[in-house]
Amino acid sequence: MTAPLLDVAGLEAWYGRAHILTGVDLTVGRGEVVALMGRNGAGKTTTLKAIMGLVGQRAGRVAFEDRAIAALPPHRIARLGVGYVPEDRRIFADLTVEENLEVGRQPPRPGAPAWTPERLFALFPNLAEMRGRRGTRMSGGEQQMLTLARTLMGNPSLLLLDEPSEGLAPIIVRQMAEAVRRLKAEGLSVLVSEQNLSFAAAVADRASVIEKGRVRWTGTMAELMADEAARRAYLAL
Amino acid sequence: MSFLLVQALSGLATAATLFLVSSGLTIVFGVTRIVNFAHGSFYMLGAYLGWSLVERFGTGVGGFWASVVAAALGAGALGALMEVALLRRLYRSPELFQLLGTFGVVLVLQDAASWIWGSEDLLGRRAPGLKGSVEILGQPFPLYDLMLIGLGPLVLGLLWLLFNRTRWGTLVRAATQDRDMASALGVDPARLFTGVLFLGSALAGLGGALQVPREAVNLHMDMAIVVEAFVVVVVGGMGSLTGAFLASLLIGQLQAFGILVFPQITLVLVFLFMAVVLVLRPHGLMGRAEETPPTAPAALAPPLTAGRGAGWGAALLLAALALVPLVAGDYALIVLTEMVILALLAASLHLLIGLGGLVSFGHAAWFGLGAYGAALLVKHLGAPMPLALAAAPLVAGIGALIAGWFCVRRSGLYFAMLTLAFAQIVWSVTFQWYGFTGGDNGIVGVWPPPWAAGKAAYYWLTLGLCAGALALLRRAAFAPFGYALRAGRDSALRAESVGIDVRRHQWLAFALAGSAAGLAGGLYAFSKGSVFPTLMAVPVSVDALVMVLMGGIQTVAGPLAGAAVFHLLEAEVMRMTELWRLALGLVIVALVLLFPKGIVGFLADVLADRRRRA
Repeated sequence: MTAPLLDVAGLEAWYGRAHILTGVDLTVGRGEVVALMGRNGAGKTTTLKAIMGLVGQRAGRVAFEDRAIAALPPHRIARLGVGYVPEDRRIFADLTVEENLEVGRQPPRPGAPAWTPERLFALFPNLAEMRGRRGTRMSGGEQQMLTLARTLMGNPSLLLLDEPSEGLAPIIVRQMAEAVRRLKAEGLSVLVSEQNLSFAAAVADRASVIEKGRVRWTGTMAELMADEAARRAYLAL
Repeated sequence: MSFLLVQALSGLATAATLFLVSSGLTIVFGVTRIVNFAHGSFYMLGAYLGWSLVERFGTGVGGFWASVVAAALGAGALGALMEVALLRRLYRSPELFQLLGTFGVVLVLQDAASWIWGSEDLLGRRAPGLKGSVEILGQPFPLYDLMLIGLGPLVLGLLWLLFNRTRWGTLVRAATQDRDMASALGVDPARLFTGVLFLGSALAGLGGALQVPREAVNLHMDMAIVVEAFVVVVVGGMGSLTGAFLASLLIGQLQAFGILVFPQITLVLVFLFMAVVLVLRPHGLMGRAEETPPTAPAALAPPLTAGRGAGWGAALLLAALALVPLVAGDYALIVLTEMVILALLAASLHLLIGLGGLVSFGHAAWFGLGAYGAALLVKHLGAPMPLALAAAPLVAGIGALIAGWFCVRRSGLYFAMLTLAFAQIVWSVTFQWYGFTGGDNGIVGVWPPPWAAGKAAYYWLTLGLCAGALALLRRAAFAPFGYALRAGRDSALRAESVGIDVRRHQWLAFALAGSAAGLAGGLYAFSKGSVFPTLMAVPVSVDALVMVLMGGIQTVAGPLAGAAVFHLLEAEVMRMTELWRLALGLVIVALVLLFPKGIVGFLADVLADRRRRA
């Protein structure tokens, strides 16, 4: 039994005086896809941001590859091999598709898939047709693909994927799910925050369910699908 | 015809220097969102360093150019140092702190330069190989200027390549748009920004070093160029390189031909041009709208309560102050009179900043207008003091009413730049209109009549008038007018939607603050017996800002305490050392970094802390 790739224990986070995360515990094993589920405002996005070092005030323990990263600034965490894909698709709108990818580029790292723009264009054929286009002139789905591709350019071994299906057309959601499965096949580990149960069921091995800033339920995806009481308590609207 | 061509060419040479400096300023602003007052100081240091190196090594062509490049690199290194030591801590601060912090650096570098190179003008060596001139349509034109004309577009091209064709440039553009996202992708924004400050400051230093063969190097270069570079950057659109290039060309020509048509008001022309551009094209020629409006400094913790017993406290203080002449000597009374005048100046500025969220960088204009209004009445019409003192707030108020109409159309940094521009207009009219204002000789012999000539009598007069004006300002702050102003500061949109005409309130506040500052100026003129254009120059505006900041933006009493402490400090430090600018600069930097809430805010925090513990 080796230590998990990502080990989060007692993670707390604040925005100003608002105590958003009160104690998040979760793990992601190597090659595993874990869905972080929960309602709007439960703390999914904040959890990913806090792991990435993007929340000003945080406390608790975050270990990545057995290394404490909770006190590191975001760029150091990224350079260790943690890739972060924000929910609001923060692409650099003034930069072209190729330039966006260039910003994400980091040297290849052992034990993680190595990406080049060409390999990413093969994974996301839509992007290949608009290499020179600026971010301002792309659709929401295209922007989401670019955000993911840009993070992959950093050759991460762990991907933090925030609500990838939010606000996208069903056909794009299916493409997204297919992409996540491909990435898992390449050996990437993924922590994906999701409200969409069918999307989570399509990609995840395990699930952690968060409610009011704390993880309330953990199990395999199959167990979650079978546990109607848990779904009703933590996920139903 | 050929004369006009040569004039246009010399305009182009001016434009090239202007572009070098303002390109650096606009790059630094675009990336860090900080308007760097110290940019002009790097230009000046580039010139001084260039002068020293060229004197020593610049006899040959190679030595000359190596010296110029080395001077630019030296200025760049200082810029990088400033980023690490100061700017890095200010990226998320209100713009007032950023402007003041970099102005502190201006003061420090000014004294450092005067300490190293002395205050005499330094004449540099001509550039080897470029000493002669060429005939253009029968008119001689310096070869060196021709070289400068070519250099402008060359630098623009190189910068374009740097930002669009290199990884570093791509990363800088990405971090400019979204610093957090770039860092989440593994980019270290701190190192990137240090590099940007190096580049920007080196460009300023290059511009300065290239001036050595053209004009004397002196200690006034920094403010002169930085104000012009501000105009270029604002006209071109803040953050836009091509905009800066275009604006440099336009302003270079405006200066070259303006001097033929209106030799008296060349300085005014430039600032008028900027005001007109900003009204027609609010974001400059090539600029784009700000996505997130800069935060108002006072929005942190607005003064909402008048404070218990504030009225009694004020009455007690006033009574105590009125009794001082019974015990104090003349020197103490002079200092105290000035302190009271400055308190009114600071309080009037606080009305704009604290309540309106409007950071004015040209408040000295109204102080100076009041002083000059009074002095001119005395000098040209022989008016008695009461009439002159009544005219002071009127003149300043009318001036502020006119300028305010333009200024309140914009907010944040653009507002600050517009107020600066108007202050410079007022200053340059005073400075250049010798026949009427006496230029830099000022106006002397503005003394009070015998009944008010005694130090104690004039002190009581000042105290009475200032206390009245302060009571009025305070009344305005806690009247519906003040509430409306604060509503507009905290959320212009929400204030508008409940029916408050935000712009109109801001306009009125601007005029009110202007006329209060004018009264302070009138009193100041009679206390000194003379007025000079320096009264309305940038340093006075900054002094006023420092007083407000020292006292604390969030409290109504703050500016008074700030003015008192500032003036005492200034009087004491100036007596002790020649290097008072250096001391003041360090005080400003320390304030901005360590006591962002000011003295009164700091004390209030300490008291609240103690009460909580008790």
